[in-house]
Amino acid sequence: MKAKVKVTLKNGVLDPQGKAIEGALGSLGFSGVNGVRQGKYFEIELAETDRTKAEAQVKAMCEKLIANTVIENYAIEFT
Amino acid sequence: MKSAVIVFPGINRDRDMMLALENVTGVKPIAVWHADTELPKVDLVVVPGGFSYGDYLRCGAIAARSPIMSDVHAKAMKGLKVLGVCNGFQILTETGLLPGALLRNGALKFVCRDVKLRIENNRTWFTNRLKKGDVVPCPVAHGEGNYICDAETLQRLEGENRIVFRYAEGSNPNAAMNDIAGIMNEAGNVIGMMPHPENMVEPLHGSTACRPLFESLLAA
Repeated sequence: MKAKVKVTLKNGVLDPQGKAIEGALGSLGFSGVNGVRQGKYFEIELAETDRTKAEAQVKAMCEKLIANTVIENYAIEFT
Repeated sequence: MKSAVIVFPGINRDRDMMLALENVTGVKPIAVWHADTELPKVDLVVVPGGFSYGDYLRCGAIAARSPIMSDVHAKAMKGLKVLGVCNGFQILTETGLLPGALLRNGALKFVCRDVKLRIENNRTWFTNRLKKGDVVPCPVAHGEGNYICDAETLQRLEGENRIVFRYAEGSNPNAAMNDIAGIMNEAGNVIGMMPHPENMVEPLHGSTACRPLFESLLAA
């Protein structure tokens, strides 16, 4: 089973990299960009075949290491 | 005063810290490898600066989960003095020993220069040789020192006098909230700071302005 995890900065946490990307898009002539937030994406290959167990496992991974929940949110998907 | 300095792969300020500690306290610190599971019997543990694990994932994230940090965490909860400098500060926030997080510098640039550091709380084991409001020069060298925490935590840090160091006016190199350069935990035994006082203790450093911080360890 493969888990896909997206980690994003929480709302209200300043994202200077997103701001820099937004500025660069503007200077390339892309108009109408109202905001850019940058995040991280992980693909995790799991030996576990039970969906419920896999979910619990990946949630624990996110809480313990993959995301810093002080500043980041995470979302898990399975394929 | 016996001390230990934790060494992770990618750390590069461990020797500076060990020299500063030995120079001021007269006792050579013990270097402790990250894969060790137990700290030696010491009065102070320092988590030094550098780029542990190449800053992969987040600064300090992987080092914070190393075997030795479990013991550092457990002993810190029982009152052991812990100092984190730069990457060490990032590691201490990642372990949860200090609140908040350190984000990319506001201007997105790595900053390597001297700042003016104001002592906000001089009743700690690392600042007692200075006066409240004293301003000392101190080097910084980091790309992610932009301190952030939620409003409630910030209010507590301010209200409980737990902001130990602030960048003096006009000196904030990273856009940190309320010019925060260093904080302590509720019990006061864990201190984290972005600047590098260990690099301003000998005449060869150009100034010995940060020496009183290390001398404070002797009084504590």
